[in-house]
Amino acid sequence: MTAFFRLVVRDLELAFRDGGALGTALGFFLMVVAMMPLGLGPDLNLLSKLAPGILWIALLLSALLSLPRMFESDFDDGALEVIAMGPLPLELIVIAKATAHWLTTGLPLVLLAPVLGLLLNLDLASAPLLVTAMILGTPAISFLGAIGAALTLKAKRSGLLLALLVLPLYVPTLIFGISALTNQILNTGGAGSSLMILSAVSLFALVLGPIASAAALRAQMQ
Amino acid sequence: MASHMTDSIQPEKRQSLTQKFANPTRFMALSGQVLPWSLIAAACLISYALYLVFFVAPDDYQQGQTVKIMYIHVPAAWLAMMAYGVVAVSSFGLLVFRHPLADVSAKAAVPIGAAFTLIALITGSLWGKPMWGTYWVWDARLTSVLMLFFLYLGLMTLRSSIEDELLASRLTAILALVGVILLPIIKFSVDWWNTLHQPSTGFTSSVHSSMRTPLLISAVGFTLLFFSMHLKAMRNEILRRRVKTLTLAEVDRQSRG
Repeated sequence: MTAFFRLVVRDLELAFRDGGALGTALGFFLMVVAMMPLGLGPDLNLLSKLAPGILWIALLLSALLSLPRMFESDFDDGALEVIAMGPLPLELIVIAKATAHWLTTGLPLVLLAPVLGLLLNLDLASAPLLVTAMILGTPAISFLGAIGAALTLKAKRSGLLLALLVLPLYVPTLIFGISALTNQILNTGGAGSSLMILSAVSLFALVLGPIASAAALRAQMQ
Repeated sequence: MASHMTDSIQPEKRQSLTQKFANPTRFMALSGQVLPWSLIAAACLISYALYLVFFVAPDDYQQGQTVKIMYIHVPAAWLAMMAYGVVAVSSFGLLVFRHPLADVSAKAAVPIGAAFTLIALITGSLWGKPMWGTYWVWDARLTSVLMLFFLYLGLMTLRSSIEDELLASRLTAILALVGVILLPIIKFSVDWWNTLHQPSTGFTSSVHSSMRTPLLISAVGFTLLFFSMHLKAMRNEILRRRVKTLTLAEVDRQSRG
């Protein structure tokens, strides 16, 4: 267990010392959200209706940006093979790396989301629900994204390919992440069921992601 | 260098059934014999189904002539999913048993499955325009089948963007197994969510036999067509790999001599 936490802390330190990664994702998130009113027109009523969808899609795209880096640098300089020779099974290594990715990308994006919601005239009363839904849903982004990151390590044009492979996997998270809020906005029943399904998708990703990613990494490290 | 391609028939000691058929040479011989007959049978069944559809089966009392789209749409949708089943089982066979023929099967089934998925989507949207008044709705069945199409595209792109063929086939197999979660979602989407696409009637008595029989014949015919094309694509892939091995051996020989 200490080895696991040490790996998470190591990845967090690397991410913060590198600095650029987090700033890029947050900046991209801000830019996508800021472009939306320019494209859709400044009608505040329309924007507040579309705000949850815009925020979720912008968040998915921003998180996608940093996915290729999850294994890449460690794989290229051989650090991943050294870590894999240690006491941790490869599945736990993937969990540690995906957790670090969530802490350095998913969580900051979620915390920024309600602030950007102000730009879209998002109802402030629904901001806590938005943050709850995103916190429950975003782990799926990191853990399913790990599969794509592991599969495309040696691929040509890996960034674009990663988006093509991973975005279909994000569909359930997107659908239920938005339905949690639209239910609230339209007052048609509680958001509880959507939040529960969101958590179920994340838990499922927590199991599937590490197994599939570890298999993909093993195939490439032989 | 070409050890796995020297596919002379091994002495048959303690070989299981799958091992027997996994031998590429035996597969080439057997599939060469089966292929013409399955193609002829598929052609006969599909033409007979088309005859029944256009000259015997009645028009629907609500839908009129457009119901005839069903006889293509339903088999294509069924094959879109069955082809994925073939991809998934083959991928499992590759990852667990390391059969080279399983990889050939998985690689050959993907483009065919993608084609049937596209046919199902296109015929469905052509059918949707007169029936629902729109080419496309974002209901659960349509969305999940579209995701299946994206998955097929992803499998093809992933395989083609990794140079090492052995690694490409293993990584594609892993992705194919991850994608299996989509199949139950597609199958039960019409039951779980109350959506525009009707639930499956199956081949039950709720469809009158004058429509059920042509549909059944069409489905069997298209399934045979799928297997014929799959066999043909597998044969092509095996030949392609042999040519590649021979070319490499020739290059090797030339560079030495």
